[in-house]
Amino acid sequence: MTTLICDVAVVGAGIVGAACARALARDGLRVLVIDARPAGSGATAAGMGHLVVMDDSEPQFALNRYSQQLWAELRPELPREVEYESCGTLWVAADDEELVEVHRKQAFFAARNVDAQALSPRELAQAEPNLRPGLAGGLRVPGDAVIYPPCAAQWLLDDAVRRGARTMIGSEVRSLTGHEVTLADGTRVSAGSTVNAAGCAAPRLTAGLEVRPRKGHLVITDRYPGYVRHQLIELGYLKSAHGSHQDSVAFNVQPRATGQLLIGSSRQFDVTDPAVEPRMVRRMIDRALEYLPGLARLSAVRTWTGFRAATPDALPLIGPHLAEPGLFLATGHEGLGITTSLGTAELLAAQIAGRTPAIPAEAYLPERLARSAVHV
Amino acid sequence: MSSEATQRTLSLTINGQPAQVAEGTLVAAAVLASGQTVFRQSISGQPRGPLCGMGICFECRLSIDGQAHRRSCQIVCREGMEISTDVA
Amino acid sequence: MSLERYDVLVVGAGPAGLAAACAAAEQGSHRVAVVDDNPSAGGQIWRGEAGRPKSPSAAQWLERVRASRLTMLAGAQVVDRPEPGRLLLETDAGPREIGYQKLILATGARELFLPFPAWTLPNVTGAGGLQALVKGGLPIQGKRVVVAGSGPLLLAVAVALREHGAIVRVVAEQAPWSKLLRFGVGLAFTAREKVQQAVGLWGKLSGVRLLSGTWPVAAEGNGRLEQVTLTNGRRRWHEPCDYLACGFGLVANLELPLLLGCGTAGGFVTVDSMQQTNQVDVYACGELTGIGGLEKSLVEGQIAGYSAAGREDRASELFAEREKARRFAGALGQAFALREELRKLATPETIVCRCEDVTAGRLAAQPDARTAKLQTRCGMGPCQGRVCGAATSFLYGWPCEPSVRPPIFPVATENMVAR
Repeated sequence: MTTLICDVAVVGAGIVGAACARALARDGLRVLVIDARPAGSGATAAGMGHLVVMDDSEPQFALNRYSQQLWAELRPELPREVEYESCGTLWVAADDEELVEVHRKQAFFAARNVDAQALSPRELAQAEPNLRPGLAGGLRVPGDAVIYPPCAAQWLLDDAVRRGARTMIGSEVRSLTGHEVTLADGTRVSAGSTVNAAGCAAPRLTAGLEVRPRKGHLVITDRYPGYVRHQLIELGYLKSAHGSHQDSVAFNVQPRATGQLLIGSSRQFDVTDPAVEPRMVRRMIDRALEYLPGLARLSAVRTWTGFRAATPDALPLIGPHLAEPGLFLATGHEGLGITTSLGTAELLAAQIAGRTPAIPAEAYLPERLARSAVHV
Repeated sequence: MSSEATQRTLSLTINGQPAQVAEGTLVAAAVLASGQTVFRQSISGQPRGPLCGMGICFECRLSIDGQAHRRSCQIVCREGMEISTDVA
Repeated sequence: MSLERYDVLVVGAGPAGLAAACAAAEQGSHRVAVVDDNPSAGGQIWRGEAGRPKSPSAAQWLERVRASRLTMLAGAQVVDRPEPGRLLLETDAGPREIGYQKLILATGARELFLPFPAWTLPNVTGAGGLQALVKGGLPIQGKRVVVAGSGPLLLAVAVALREHGAIVRVVAEQAPWSKLLRFGVGLAFTAREKVQQAVGLWGKLSGVRLLSGTWPVAAEGNGRLEQVTLTNGRRRWHEPCDYLACGFGLVANLELPLLLGCGTAGGFVTVDSMQQTNQVDVYACGELTGIGGLEKSLVEGQIAGYSAAGREDRASELFAEREKARRFAGALGQAFALREELRKLATPETIVCRCEDVTAGRLAAQPDARTAKLQTRCGMGPCQGRVCGAATSFLYGWPCEPSVRPPIFPVATENMVAR
């Protein structure tokens, strides 16, 4: 039986685990990253790859904004395959109620130095000619961007390895404590600390974790360069992301560098079957057609599903586990894992090193869920 | 296609130029016959034309009557069709 | 959308599908339909025969189709199986759902393409691919054509092209003469009529160089094909030409069977003696169960059709004929097995995935198929691995069978799901 030794064992080589490994390796720690499957092949591969600032809450904004700045700083080092495109986000208002939201967001961002411009219906139509007429307006956030997540995760992991980290890809983890990882083949890893960055699989390794899978569908089209120029999201998106325990869809379309369009989004709780569900696809497409009617005749090439790791309060779990000394959590990022992977990594590295993190980390600490009675 | 004189000919346009083809001709064949061997550009800008002739390779995609990405080897020419090769 | 229902629904209007449909329909009480995405029936081998059949077997079967009152749904692409007993199709008139009791899959095969330098040049096509284009109206008179790759299809293509006026310079079969000879001798004992067929084809190719143990190493040209470099392992030479019709054998079209959850082995659908798959009420026949050509398709199609119609007695009468056809298929596979040298034709700059322009150099560096797919997007373009899948399997040993999700073929976004 083999025993390996490291300073930090990171379980999960998705974009969050990879980013954490890189930050820890940069701190000079001996890092081992373990995943049963290839890097970035889980939720990381399924999602859209949107780098976005969000304003649902101050802590959410803080983590996203911090992360976005880190991505912008990292950009010059990223290879072409990561496909970093500064296309910006355009939040679309369908009615006057949503227009109020446009102005509220604009004020929120402006007060925090995030460039955001309210668009009139005419300006909206100029910015995105394929949106249907009759929309109320929009908010353009030019600093937002889009990347291709599997290549980003691989690059982050490769960068961790360049800084001395080791990886065990293809190794399944059987159990995890604060100082030891046991693999399915009996290998033991002895670690100063461990990190559970296993996304939807995190609760299997750490009992009682309040992380639930939230299924999503996506469709990708053939190439239509210039058909859509920004990441487009309806303002009702937020109602869906927070809502309830019911199935929901929202209009969300992303242009890829190739000109292909990614069409989303959908959310379902308590479904673990990865099969594509025609009913959900129908609802999602119909919602998208309400904003981009011309989408109807564009050629759809593929559909797939993925599972987001969701927590009860829509904030990720970053920090030490209450009851298990040595164990840290870096999971529960729901639909914002791509963006906040870098911020998460910096916070986690600071926590493990005992430094003050660059932004306050209290709101993401796992212990908050034990304290508060907020369960949505 | 064959030497049967009884076959109708159709008129259509290929990249804005008028062309006459025998009834029953596939769009891909009509475009090749007009001397146009490049149907589209690949994702990195290489010239491409039909490969499989049976609708599975997607290299023969053209705009037909304003709709992009039609597999031209699976579509029969019709009177008045407007065919464009993708040079974007 | 109201639901049309059939007792037996056949997917694929090639010889296997037509034979299956006729067999089922001739049992009288059954409502039978055939679906195919091509504009007319015939599949690949009987392409263009629907109007004026030239081959006796095509004529005979097409007549049986006409006489049997089955419903032909041409120009209909299968998109999805939204629930058991139902298929979603896309047609020019929009989406259409069809209900069935029994489903017979006869989706046939496509050519196996292997990458070599500049194989992506315009005017490099499949062997069957060029034949399909010529049958579809491409003028080939006076054009110089090199036919290369592997399989009996090459001879048939060369003959057809010649009949349309092409100058066929050479037919280059990669299999060595020793294997072809053994195959031919074996046929002389077990299937004399096939030897006669081959000799007949050979006779129509006087003046064409028929080379065994020969394969292409590169295509060359400026923006379009100008010449092909061939080799026999000892020397190389150039063949100036206008078209290269090149295919290295056939690969079963497994996408619909996989979507339905059918069991497969070695790239083919596994079936029992009645051509039934492991999915209840789903049958498979023809090239789907093994590459074997016309006779295997016809006999397996009939067995599936009789069986789906509840006539297992009639089906079992054809078992001996099927056995003979399967032995031929086995011999075919052995004779035309792809040689090792073909694995090394691609250079690091050679495109392997044409949809996403992924080169061999990038792919060779990947540890496994899934990582390669995610990191390079190989196989994620419109063809969904239909062209590069068999090639990467041959070159890198990656498993060739993707997990298939709807839509099976690209479809207008609004037609992905029926309302």
